[in-house]
Amino acid sequence: MHPYNSNADLILKPVRRVNMADIFLWGVLGAFLLLGIGLYIRQLVLGLGVTGLNRPVYWGVYITDFVFFIGLAHSGTFISAILRVAGQSWRAPLTRAAEAVTLFSLPFGVLAIMTDMGRPDRILNLVFYGRYQSALLWDVTAVGLYLLSSIVFMYLSLLPDIALMRDKLTDLPAWQRKLYKTLALGWQGTPGQFHRLEKTLDGMAIFMTMLVVTVHTVVSWVFGMSLQPGWHTALIGPFFLLGAILSGTCAVVIVLALLRKVYNLEKVLPLRLFNSLRKLLITFTLGWIYMIIAEYLTGAYGNMTEEMHVINSKFYGDFAALFWGMVLLVFVVPLAVFVLKGKDNIGWMVFASILVNIGMWIERFVVIVPTEVFPRLFQHLGEGSYLPTYTEVLITLSYFAGMALLYAIFTRLFPIVPIWETAEQSVAEMAAQAETAGPQIPEPPDQPVPPVPVPGAAD
Amino acid sequence: MPRWGMVIDLDKCFACQSCTAACRMENNTPIAGPDQAELGRAVLWNEVLPFLEGEYPHVVATLIPRPCQHCDNPPCIKVCPVQATFKNAEGIIEVNYQRCIGCRMCTVGCPYEIRYFNWYSPEWPTALTAHLNPDAETAPRPAGVVEKCTFCIQRRRKAEQQALAEGRPFTATDYIPACVQTCTGHARYFGDLDDPNSLVTKLAHSPRAMRLLEELGTLPKVYYLRQG
Repeated sequence: MHPYNSNADLILKPVRRVNMADIFLWGVLGAFLLLGIGLYIRQLVLGLGVTGLNRPVYWGVYITDFVFFIGLAHSGTFISAILRVAGQSWRAPLTRAAEAVTLFSLPFGVLAIMTDMGRPDRILNLVFYGRYQSALLWDVTAVGLYLLSSIVFMYLSLLPDIALMRDKLTDLPAWQRKLYKTLALGWQGTPGQFHRLEKTLDGMAIFMTMLVVTVHTVVSWVFGMSLQPGWHTALIGPFFLLGAILSGTCAVVIVLALLRKVYNLEKVLPLRLFNSLRKLLITFTLGWIYMIIAEYLTGAYGNMTEEMHVINSKFYGDFAALFWGMVLLVFVVPLAVFVLKGKDNIGWMVFASILVNIGMWIERFVVIVPTEVFPRLFQHLGEGSYLPTYTEVLITLSYFAGMALLYAIFTRLFPIVPIWETAEQSVAEMAAQAETAGPQIPEPPDQPVPPVPVPGAAD
Repeated sequence: MPRWGMVIDLDKCFACQSCTAACRMENNTPIAGPDQAELGRAVLWNEVLPFLEGEYPHVVATLIPRPCQHCDNPPCIKVCPVQATFKNAEGIIEVNYQRCIGCRMCTVGCPYEIRYFNWYSPEWPTALTAHLNPDAETAPRPAGVVEKCTFCIQRRRKAEQQALAEGRPFTATDYIPACVQTCTGHARYFGDLDDPNSLVTKLAHSPRAMRLLEELGTLPKVYYLRQG
């Protein structure tokens, strides 16, 4: 049984045969991904020397990518889990698209950190010899749990829709029908099953809300637990967390606008959703500038020598262009756009969201690199420098391509708007309707009607 | 159990950098070459750091040879996710090259920047390959692992084996690292900081004694005797 959704056909339209435009898109994205893989193999053979990393800048673009992609992953959990716990039912049409962003950005966060490892062949040492004194292992645990939970959460919320596709989409290729039949796990859509599913999702939502707070805080503590000026600040946890939710929600806006356009989903992803997201984004942007002010005012006012080397480099030194560019891209322009132009205007919302995400990538870079460039003994050592090489840039691009590729394939296999969660008919109504309709007996196939013998007619 | 420490007398050091060179020969540190060194990838377990204050002609130059400080409260070992770096029973901070996964968290954790990473597989010009130290502890490290000064732990092992072979107990004065042995100005001292009668303990209590970045609470075991 499936709760009736008048838009089911519209939402299921993208889940059809793959066309030439898809092949072309996947081809281009796949090419970038292959390029990244090729460059990574080269890095494995030659060593991390092919990057621009050095002493003292031991962490650079790859770690920035790691933090950025884990940050993007907060989109899904924020929308599905946190807003669910907060009882914000308007979020229902967005949940799957947002969770898909989480599901496909997390693996690239993990890949980014593996790309940065000197000896990825020894990754199992983390399992055999892992120790919890290290913030890195908190990272591994939290991100691992997050990935696992996101997969489970996504799959569970997909179940009724997979069952719908199994039952409804009979004209698909056999392999696809088989896929849905297997993945549907025999879901029948009884009220009891729906009830258990909702309870499970409620419980998981609470767990994932706690997890999302933990994950990005723990990612920030890889820096925060060190003694380095600029990193060793108590604010780094909340700062990174808010930044992640901001960049994640902007990513959801971008993805939703794209899906809406490409798959003609205007009816199921109406404008008011973007207006609701707009209000959230205004709040988060203001929260972000609060964090920046708290961080830099405290540091600059304290005027500690080693902190000031880092702060001055950001305010007016080598990193000034990146720092002020970041403030412009994350706060000044997007806030103006969200407040003044964003209402009822998806175009402006997407523009501001793209700026925010570019700015947030820069923000991660500006947190990580200047501190390394000015080690405490810098007066003795001299300041460091860092110029990423084409290897790092292209591998970063391949992460984005990979994420887009996985996302694009996903939208061709599964409905990107949850049909059962946006159904007009509730589960109770569906059950009542099924009861009054009686047991469903399938119609017998049309049989040829045998000729009625006509009395008196010659045979 | 000795607690190994070092004292460097800055009045006697004239920055000839023989210690740096000796360390490199003793420990098989990889050659970076001018381009890589320019990028900041030179591997110098012991480095002489110039600390210049003031403007010409009123410049005060302090030249500080800086090995690993072998801190008693190191910020580098608690961050290792696989315990590839650890403090041994005698206070020497070691790296297990077989276990290191190259995450470089220890390298960013050290406030003295004494840890180095193998960006490439090590290579030496042919002329030098014949002079590589055959000791097991100094075997060339592969690409992708972290390395650093070990207070020449291979010398400690060899000194203990020598003492055993000669039928006498191993004492703290039996071994010194290569940098201490080579120092042209006899500026470096090495010994047991837990022995109240050792030279290093007496020098460490000198009014001229100081340590780098003491305010961080890392408790480094390398003491410097201030100039003048």
